[in-house]
Amino acid sequence: MDKLLEINHCRKRFGSTEVLTDLTLSVEESQVLSIIGPSGSGKSTLLRCATLLETMDGGDLIYMGRYAARGTSEGSVYAPPAELKKIKSMFGLVFQNFNLFPHYSVLKNICEAPVLVQKRDKAEVEAEAMDLLKQMGLEDKYNAYPCQLSGGQQQRVSIARALAMNPGILFFDEPTSALDPELTGEILRVIRQLAEKKMTMVIVTHEMNFARDVSDYVVFMNGGVIVEQGDPRDVIDHPTQERTIQFLRRLQDQ
Amino acid sequence: MSLTTMIVKMSEGLGKTCSIFFLTLLFALPLGLIVALLRMSKNKIVSGITRVCISILRGTPLMLQLLAVTYGPFYLFGVSVSRNKLIPVVIAFSINYAAYFAEIYRGGIESMPVGQYEAAEVLGYSKFQCFIRIILPQVIKRILPSITNEVVTLVKDTSMAFTVSYQEMFTIGKQIANSQTSFVPFIVAGVFYFVFNAVVDFVMGRIEKKLNYYK
Ligand SMILES: Nc1ncnc2c1ncn2[C@@H]1O[C@H](COP(=O)(O)OP(=O)(O)O)[C@@H](O)[C@H]1O
Ligand SMILES: [Mg+2]
Repeated sequence: MDKLLEINHCRKRFGSTEVLTDLTLSVEESQVLSIIGPSGSGKSTLLRCATLLETMDGGDLIYMGRYAARGTSEGSVYAPPAELKKIKSMFGLVFQNFNLFPHYSVLKNICEAPVLVQKRDKAEVEAEAMDLLKQMGLEDKYNAYPCQLSGGQQQRVSIARALAMNPGILFFDEPTSALDPELTGEILRVIRQLAEKKMTMVIVTHEMNFARDVSDYVVFMNGGVIVEQGDPRDVIDHPTQERTIQFLRRLQDQ
Repeated sequence: MSLTTMIVKMSEGLGKTCSIFFLTLLFALPLGLIVALLRMSKNKIVSGITRVCISILRGTPLMLQLLAVTYGPFYLFGVSVSRNKLIPVVIAFSINYAAYFAEIYRGGIESMPVGQYEAAEVLGYSKFQCFIRIILPQVIKRILPSITNEVVTLVKDTSMAFTVSYQEMFTIGKQIANSQTSFVPFIVAGVFYFVFNAVVDFVMGRIEKKLNYYK
């Protein structure tokens, strides 16, 4: 299978504290990978490094064989801006708190980047956006503004916005954590649909049942390293590492 | 001198009052944005110099700045004072108001959540596209009430032009008041400013309403 994403020996420091330590991870085409772990373990930082929102202090970042960053003895050396721009079009990111553009309608939120950044035909992009909104069950909201939508609807729009760029891989950073519990279901359903369509996804989540159902592979992170990884039924239901067992037990107690 | 004559004479200066007002806004609004960006520059020297300039402009009287811009060139370089005082007056006003606007822009820009920049960045917007399309429109909405305050102040501040004898409405009123030993011109001026600002309030209110299509 083709590797869509490879992260090799990633290191990331904030000041003097190392947040990611020699972390290696790869994602294959059509794979759904879940990242679980306690708060502060570096999950967001990992996604932010992968999506070029943070620069790594060491290690490689490779999308479809193309180096966004190459690890050297002096740290990670990033590709020139033109190459990074191309690589940026290979992934999308869905934020915990949506980050929709409040002054744009739903349709403009989704369509502006494909037209402006990818220079695609506006009418074509809009038709595609309406299809995406239909998939999200929001076709009647295309003219609404984000402030007129519920959290769950906003998150679905932000997923549509990311999908409109036709990314090869889609990252989710706790996509349901900012939502009321009764709204998480609608987001998880959308992600499940995407998994059925063989969308490659990396999902940071605290929803263990969801992670077990939807993902092919689970990574448990703690203290900036991967402690345990593998098939979700192994990692979530039969963890072998002490830290994983503790984490899952504490999650169940809540 | 009859009240009507006073009003007519002072009205003749209203055009000049409006010239100061509109030209100052025309130059100070964009200039303020540039100054705000310099003030927020990562380059410590650039931001430091800008900060000092802003605090001088805000910390000294506009009247002094008007005198400096109008007569400074004469005292410093022997350049004769231009007959058209509109130019130095507008320069002084624009620079002074740009300093105030800059601080307002800066507050607005710094209040923007970082997530807006990050969402745009991940979608591939360039820094410039992100600022122009995503950040600035939202900043303008946020700062509009503060801008309105400054614009209202600007209307009243146009009267400062009397210090360099620029023949705008208040300067004429003051001259009439002196020659006629009458207080009436000041009342007329007060009414003019009040009406002017009522219009400003109305217009700014309309703009604010227009931007209220989102929260
Ligand atoms: N911008 C930053 N500056 C300094 N420290 C940070 C920054 N971002 C994250 N950290 C620290 O890095 C660690 C990992 O954070 P994060 O990746 O957000 O964890 P998680 O998403 O797993 O909760 C935390 O200790 C956090 O305080
Ligand atoms: Mg996080």
